[in-house]
Amino acid sequence: MIDLFRSTTFRLALIYLGLFGVSVMAVLGFVYYQTVIYADQQTDETIDAEITGLAEQWRQRGLAGLVAVIAERSSTERGSNMLYLLTDSHQRPLAGNLDHWPDATIGPDGWMRFPLQPIGGQPNRGHIARATSFLLAGGYQLLVGRDLWERSQFRQRMVTALGWSVGLTLLLGLTGGLIMSRRLLARLDAINRASDQVTAGELGRRIPVRGSGDEFDRLAQTLNSMLDRIEHLMAGIRQVSDNIAHDLRSPLGRLRSRLEMAMRTPDRLPAPYRDVLQESIADADQLLATFNALLDIAEAEAGSLRAEMAPLDLADLLHGLVDLYEPVADEKQISLSIATLNGPFPVRGNRHLLSRAMANLLENALKYTPAPGRITVTLGVTRGGFSVTIADTGPGIPESARQIVFDRFVRLEHSRTSPGNGLGLSLARAVIQLHGGSILLEDNEPGLRVVVSLPAAEPPAPLPVEEHGMGQLRGTNLTVALDSASRRQ
Amino acid sequence: MKLLLIEDDREAAAFMVKGLRESGHTTDHAADGREGLFLATTEHYDVMIIDRMLPGMDGLAIVSAVRVGGNTTPVLILSALDGVDERVRGLKAGGDDYLTKPYAFSELLARLEALTRRGVAPQATTKLRVGDLEIDLLARSVTRHGRDIELLPREFRLLEVLARHVGHVVTRTMLLEQVWDYHFDPQTNVIDVHISRLRQKIDKGFEQPMLHTVRGAGYCLKPVD
Repeated sequence: MIDLFRSTTFRLALIYLGLFGVSVMAVLGFVYYQTVIYADQQTDETIDAEITGLAEQWRQRGLAGLVAVIAERSSTERGSNMLYLLTDSHQRPLAGNLDHWPDATIGPDGWMRFPLQPIGGQPNRGHIARATSFLLAGGYQLLVGRDLWERSQFRQRMVTALGWSVGLTLLLGLTGGLIMSRRLLARLDAINRASDQVTAGELGRRIPVRGSGDEFDRLAQTLNSMLDRIEHLMAGIRQVSDNIAHDLRSPLGRLRSRLEMAMRTPDRLPAPYRDVLQESIADADQLLATFNALLDIAEAEAGSLRAEMAPLDLADLLHGLVDLYEPVADEKQISLSIATLNGPFPVRGNRHLLSRAMANLLENALKYTPAPGRITVTLGVTRGGFSVTIADTGPGIPESARQIVFDRFVRLEHSRTSPGNGLGLSLARAVIQLHGGSILLEDNEPGLRVVVSLPAAEPPAPLPVEEHGMGQLRGTNLTVALDSASRRQ
Repeated sequence: MKLLLIEDDREAAAFMVKGLRESGHTTDHAADGREGLFLATTEHYDVMIIDRMLPGMDGLAIVSAVRVGGNTTPVLILSALDGVDERVRGLKAGGDDYLTKPYAFSELLARLEALTRRGVAPQATTKLRVGDLEIDLLARSVTRHGRDIELLPREFRLLEVLARHVGHVVTRTMLLEQVWDYHFDPQTNVIDVHISRLRQKIDKGFEQPMLHTVRGAGYCLKPVD
């Protein structure tokens, strides 16, 4: 799984979210600005209309009329936001809902702002008023204004609402972005997983196609047809090499028998010719062995090997092989030992193929382990099967090469000089995979550890150590660690 | 020995007939299954060599037909079909040995000789004697010239196989098959190492060796003359 927060889709989602957030804020800001201006205009218009009305009264009914109208309009019952104050020339209030002339200067635009004092016990702390004033004939002063409390309340609510809108937008956007990137990542992951499996050798794997025909489906289809092509080419190469192996075998066989026939009359042959013949036969045998191995691998990989599977005991099989190779190891000053629990270790398999695969692994270990060295074969129990570990004290295989050594004809640099055809591990893997098992190369520190896992023929009897894996197994229950030679005596 | 070879590849057959003649065997050659079956049922042979892939016919059918008639002549089956189960199939059909093409002629020869020895050394015998070497199959003990020789179980089996084919070449492949029941060619000289260990035990301290290496073929256990 790709790290969500480092993914391109998530970053894109974040960038889009940022852009979207800015746009939303701009739009809302504009709305706010427009609304506020409109509200201010409304306020001023209301005041202007009021002034017009009062001026009418003044003209028609004089001071008395004005006082009456102001008194009527500023009565608290009306609950209006309007402010009125009419004073005489000494600024003594005559009518209105302000108790004194505010201590504020008139701005250049003809308006003044001042904090409102509580009127008649009404709580109006923090209220601001906007007002304008006139000097009437006779020194009377008239102030008409409006309590801006509602307007500021409105503004505040507006800011809150807009803030929430931005917040919600961001939250929804982020959530949407996360969901979207997760969904995209899931699909990319599917593609990655399938590609990894193909890389790991499962050439038949394909990337799932949803059938929705979207870009990912198209990508998957393109990749799949690429994989089809690769598989087809690989199969072609394999087919050709198998055919070559098959078709070359017969003439090579004839060549070998001719050489052998010539050899069978050694008395008539001078010694140098005999040597040439002998070497040629050895070369022909080497070629034949390579061809045979190639064919066997091809058959095992195709799963078509006419292999009849039968129940067999893995411990017996391994003891037999160790018995076969022990003297060879001994001669090379390598101690070859086998450690198994008390059986049985039933697997279903083809004894000959499995023996050959294991023999290849043992021969590999023998070939590359310098004297004095040690090769240990361990048979352990795993979940649902058994593990055969062949550990040596040789040079090991660098991690980077651990996959490719299973390919045909791959030989690492330090092994070029030693005999062998580079097919041993390929065959071993093909056979083990044919048996539903797997093979892994690990570091034995120092040396190479080959771990072969094979499924049990039937679930093994539950062991108390099964839960703890091999480490525990080695430490506690591994009581039988016998050299096969002494075991058989 | 008088041999019958049923093989459709004329060149291969010619080589084989020539080689067998040079080794002192007379060989009748049949190039197709019909002629081969006719010869097999009418003539007497010591061993029959039957190719599996004959034109229009599986060689195994000939083997079965011959066996149905009560003929117990040893049969060596030749096959281009590799694989252990092919071998099993061939042996089930009544074959006595199975050799995969291409093969070494020395291998064929050694196997032919081993097949004719089958009737001679009965499996049920309890003691094998090769010159002054005595092998007790029941007690699993070996003495040479009255001296006890300690052998590991696998060395004992190796000696037993060699002793059953006394005087004849036993190839490495045959040893691997008969002692360990493996049907693959090890890349290392496993058999040679086992033989040299056995040789250490049975020939060391004696003037004349009994266990001989036959160059390009295999090993041979011979009584000291």
